[in-house]
Amino acid sequence: MNVNNILELFYVLIGIIMIFASIESFRDKENSACIGTGLFWLILGLIFAVGKYLPNFVIGLLIILIGILSLMKQIKVGKIKEVNKKLAEKSAKRLGGWLFFPSIILAILSILISEFTKLGGQVGIGIASVVALIIAMIISKADVKTTYHDSERMVRSVGTAGILPQLLATLGVIFTASGVGDITSKTISGIFPVGNHLLGVVLYCVAMAIFTMIMGNAFAAFAVITAGIGVPFIVAQGGNPAVVAAIGMTAGYCGTLMTPMAANFNSLPVALMEMKDNLGVIKQQVPVALTLLVIQIILMYVLAF
Amino acid sequence: MEYIRLIGIIIIILGFAFKLDTIAVVVAAALATGLASGMSINHVLTIIGKGFMDNRMVSLFFLTLPMIGVVESHGMKQAAVNGISKIKNLSAGKIFNIYLAIREITDAFGIALSGQVQFIRPLINPMAQAAASIKQPLTEKQIDLIKGRAAATDNFGNFFAQNLFIASSGVLLMASTMKSLGHNVSPANIVLYSIPVAVITFIIVGYYNIRFDKQFNSDK
Repeated sequence: MNVNNILELFYVLIGIIMIFASIESFRDKENSACIGTGLFWLILGLIFAVGKYLPNFVIGLLIILIGILSLMKQIKVGKIKEVNKKLAEKSAKRLGGWLFFPSIILAILSILISEFTKLGGQVGIGIASVVALIIAMIISKADVKTTYHDSERMVRSVGTAGILPQLLATLGVIFTASGVGDITSKTISGIFPVGNHLLGVVLYCVAMAIFTMIMGNAFAAFAVITAGIGVPFIVAQGGNPAVVAAIGMTAGYCGTLMTPMAANFNSLPVALMEMKDNLGVIKQQVPVALTLLVIQIILMYVLAF
Repeated sequence: MEYIRLIGIIIIILGFAFKLDTIAVVVAAALATGLASGMSINHVLTIIGKGFMDNRMVSLFFLTLPMIGVVESHGMKQAAVNGISKIKNLSAGKIFNIYLAIREITDAFGIALSGQVQFIRPLINPMAQAAASIKQPLTEKQIDLIKGRAAATDNFGNFFAQNLFIASSGVLLMASTMKSLGHNVSPANIVLYSIPVAVITFIIVGYYNIRFDKQFNSDK
């Protein structure tokens, strides 16, 4: 069995847990959009479980269908049964720190498999996830039914946000196929010379921060700015792509710290704690964000070349 | 007019800026970019489908959800709350820093604490307020500053340590996007180069929080 076949097995597993989420979404009659939400998870589940046997054209159509469902507001998280607080309290007292053990296994085992076997990082994550789940079930004495409901609850509560990263990565493919990176780099290189390493790094990090501020989402900015600036101005000049990606993304997070567009992080706490100053969280973050941005520019310049 | 191909970028930027439906915006941007560069609709759909299949690794984090669901329903968050509430006799800044350390470490193991809801509002904010008001009562402005700093500390820890976890959606997105753009990068390598920023963030924010205490110690 080669690595790709093993990986395919894990994608089927993902498809199965998405179908669990689909079944429970269809059954959730309190959700006004139960059919759309059920369809959303069913489509995704099928793409993951059997997509390999479908023509790419059909997958493309299904993605458009998801876009339409989402546009029509037919995908909603719905009413998800909350964790039973009393039972959770009780088992927290009994299990204590052991509850963190499966997560630690997951993180360490996936790194170990990735670094010390030929299976690679992705299969590593797959194997470690399954091992960690089994350990979690043993520690907590959870039966299959509880595990099923815990799985569908988690997947459903992730909602459409869970699929956004993969869609953004897909967008990167379209950008490459359409030559978007070439055009932006040609345009920008009319103003800034390509080939100056420091200038490229400054341009990329600052653009990541600014576009994240405008868009409120560093993942979306990453797909666009890395294709347009990061690759032509740094990676194509010999910069290490892992350094460019890792530090470029956190440069984007500096933008997240400074924008009211990132409501989950900067406005939610204002509401939760009934703060008087609407920008109170952002004001505390700006000095650190700017300091970190400068440090990351230096760090990327030093580490990438 | 090759610039028309940049329409996808414009759609993404405006769509997110105006808070339109994110999934629909991304799908529309993909369609528009392909069509604007002269591809047939069939060809665009095929590329979108292939792109989605080739980037399935980004969604590998779904595999970690059943385990997280099981430990959550068995009190993982309650156990974390019990642990943190044992912190006593510390200044506000030090409480923030201990929380920062916990947040960064748990992030590195992919333990997603919903920080603002679960920890900042019910736990860290009142603990810090109590610690800061020992010498003199807090003014309304000071209370707001403490709340702001508490929330900020959660964001600092969360943002700059989350890429230490190999199965996080951020790390997978980076690896997969780089692959789409023609440069193979392993997730483990991205984790490696995420370490410096996580450490530096801890040092800078740690210093920033220690200085925060000064305003509560001066006897006016």
